[in-house]
Amino acid sequence: MAILRFAVFRLLTMLATLAVVSVLIFAIINLPPGDYLSNQINELRATGQSNGIAKAEFLRTEYSLDQPLWKQYMIWMGFFPGPHGFSGMIQGEFGWSFEFDKPVADLVGGALWMTILVNLAAVLFIYAIALPLGVIAAARSKTWIDYTSAFVGYLGLATPNFLLALILFYYGNRYLNLPIGGLMDPKFEGEPMSFDKMKSVLIHLIIPTFVIGTSGAAAMMQRLRANLLDELGKPYVETARAKGMRESSMLVKYPLRVAFNPFVADIGTLIPSLISGSVLVSVVLGLQTIGPVLLTALKSQDLFLSAFVLMFVALLTLIGTLVSDVLLALLDPRIRFGGRDK
Amino acid sequence: MTILPDGRYIDDKPYERDTGAEVRHAELDMSNARLLWIRFKQHRLGLVSGLFLLFSYLILPFAGFVSPYTANERLEDYLYHPPQLVRLFHEGQFIGPYVYKTEARMNLEEFAWEYEADTSTPAPLEFFCEGSEYRLAGLFKTNKHLFCAPEGATVFLWGSDRLGRDVFSRIFYGAQLSLTVGLVGITVSFVIGIVLGSIAGYFGGFLDWVINRVIEILRSLPELPLWLALSAAVPSHWGPVSVFFIISIILGILDWPGLARAVRSKFLSLREEEFVRAAEMMGAKPGRVIKKHLLPNFLSHLIASATLSIPAMILGETALSFLGLGLRAPAVSWGVMLNDAQNLASIEIYPWTAIPMMPIVVVVLAFNFFGDGLRDALDPNRS
Repeated sequence: MAILRFAVFRLLTMLATLAVVSVLIFAIINLPPGDYLSNQINELRATGQSNGIAKAEFLRTEYSLDQPLWKQYMIWMGFFPGPHGFSGMIQGEFGWSFEFDKPVADLVGGALWMTILVNLAAVLFIYAIALPLGVIAAARSKTWIDYTSAFVGYLGLATPNFLLALILFYYGNRYLNLPIGGLMDPKFEGEPMSFDKMKSVLIHLIIPTFVIGTSGAAAMMQRLRANLLDELGKPYVETARAKGMRESSMLVKYPLRVAFNPFVADIGTLIPSLISGSVLVSVVLGLQTIGPVLLTALKSQDLFLSAFVLMFVALLTLIGTLVSDVLLALLDPRIRFGGRDK
Repeated sequence: MTILPDGRYIDDKPYERDTGAEVRHAELDMSNARLLWIRFKQHRLGLVSGLFLLFSYLILPFAGFVSPYTANERLEDYLYHPPQLVRLFHEGQFIGPYVYKTEARMNLEEFAWEYEADTSTPAPLEFFCEGSEYRLAGLFKTNKHLFCAPEGATVFLWGSDRLGRDVFSRIFYGAQLSLTVGLVGITVSFVIGIVLGSIAGYFGGFLDWVINRVIEILRSLPELPLWLALSAAVPSHWGPVSVFFIISIILGILDWPGLARAVRSKFLSLREEEFVRAAEMMGAKPGRVIKKHLLPNFLSHLIASATLSIPAMILGETALSFLGLGLRAPAVSWGVMLNDAQNLASIEIYPWTAIPMMPIVVVVLAFNFFGDGLRDALDPNRS
């Protein structure tokens, strides 16, 4: 029960955070002077085309861009009725993309799932790499394994993601015959899910996952190593060894379990940087995630589109943090009951 | 051994002065800064990185002098010129550093520029020669260069780019922006972080609650999309200098929460100490207590951790410029240069356009090692 209460409490905090974030995002999006439609109207005026103006003016009132900013926000969120009644984010109406002349929901539909997929793959990759390497680096500290992994980790931290992506792409294609660009073979695009399509997506995922995950995995590995090293010096480890326990089973049974906590907690702080990385890498590699969509939307001041993508990215991060918090509470009773003393 | 009337024991042997003590425990008399330096010196990698960084920053004002060309000087006849080797021996004879003259040819089958070197006649490099005009340290107009290309030849140590500009020279000019963007950004983040962190930690209560929530929210958001959104708001008609400052400020604005949190937790523990109470009793105002009594306690640690967050800003600037939302041409930064190497084709055919990546990796690594060394040296609980 305690865990349920904790989860509900965290969920409520998350919703409150999301509300604040929405204000922040809306404010940032509206920072540049003018908006897509008023820019378009000015341009049309300047070139003397009058028939487009009427349409743009119509869209302006249709999406209430002529209202004061706070009212625009309320209508966008769905707290206030717009020209067509309540139709905002909470009602599931994401608005209209002026640049692409399509509803935002149609435009980003598939990309949302791909974004989740790419980030999920990166998280799995990080765990799969950091856990064994971190343990080995700690157990065999100050040997070549330790130094090599530290060196690779530093290099991963220092190389700009996007360049690593380009270089790996080039060599991966050249020597391993890995496909270039996109998240699936073009022939599967728009097709229903099938085994072949799945396979194609998986092969295409290899390099992006590697690129997005490397720096995170390096950081996580170092953290696990440090925590494990701290534990390895403690008397209970000595006791276990003195009793004649095998090194490997001793390691897994006691110190690793203690050192595991930060390992789970860290994913919460890692997710923001993962998502940042995935946006950047998607732009460079042309993955069909929301990264490239966000970039074009921001460059052309496509208000609703960029606001929606930013909201989605924030939501994804918050959900990731929520999941990691709940997992941590499951793992560690001290956190579960921590809220009650004082 | 004598026993005094009051029952105490006294050793009769003469007092022996421990003459070697000053020498053996010299560190007990040393100043704090000196101790720090001694501990820092032991961290070899940190020391080397620190010297390298010092050198890199010192060379910035002289970028124009070191580089043979200026940043936006175009040699239209030498587009995508591959890196040239500076040779010393010609036909087994030492004749000093020289290059070969090259001639461009368009390969019409692969649509790539090819260059043919005329290996019969060496063209020796010129030193302390006159080239195109630039401003030394941004102040003095001069046209002296450390070395320049001989008449009729070129010297592209690291090749030339799409417009026939020298990559080597542009890396030096780019360093001026790429290396300082982190410093400006960290200053912004430092000021905001210390002010908000100390307010939250010192006063507590409602202010603490509000600042803490802001920190949590900012920390839970992905940085890059927000950077993108903020820099997309920079008007396109602004000059390079204003864009540079606004981008650094944007990078700093999202970086302060980590610092503020560290400051806050330190303040929370130090606030209860006696020396703080004593200062308050004597009537010191909060501003004075914070500035004179609390901050000096851990300012050095803050500086060390700030050093570790400069690389993130350098990488951030690179990413933004690379995506076309950061600094813009004609400004030169490493990110702007890499913008040219954006597609696979240029990496495959003209790999040297990706050379600006090397200084980025080296500088980021150096900052990491330097920060690590500094942190280790400052840590009193070090084993």
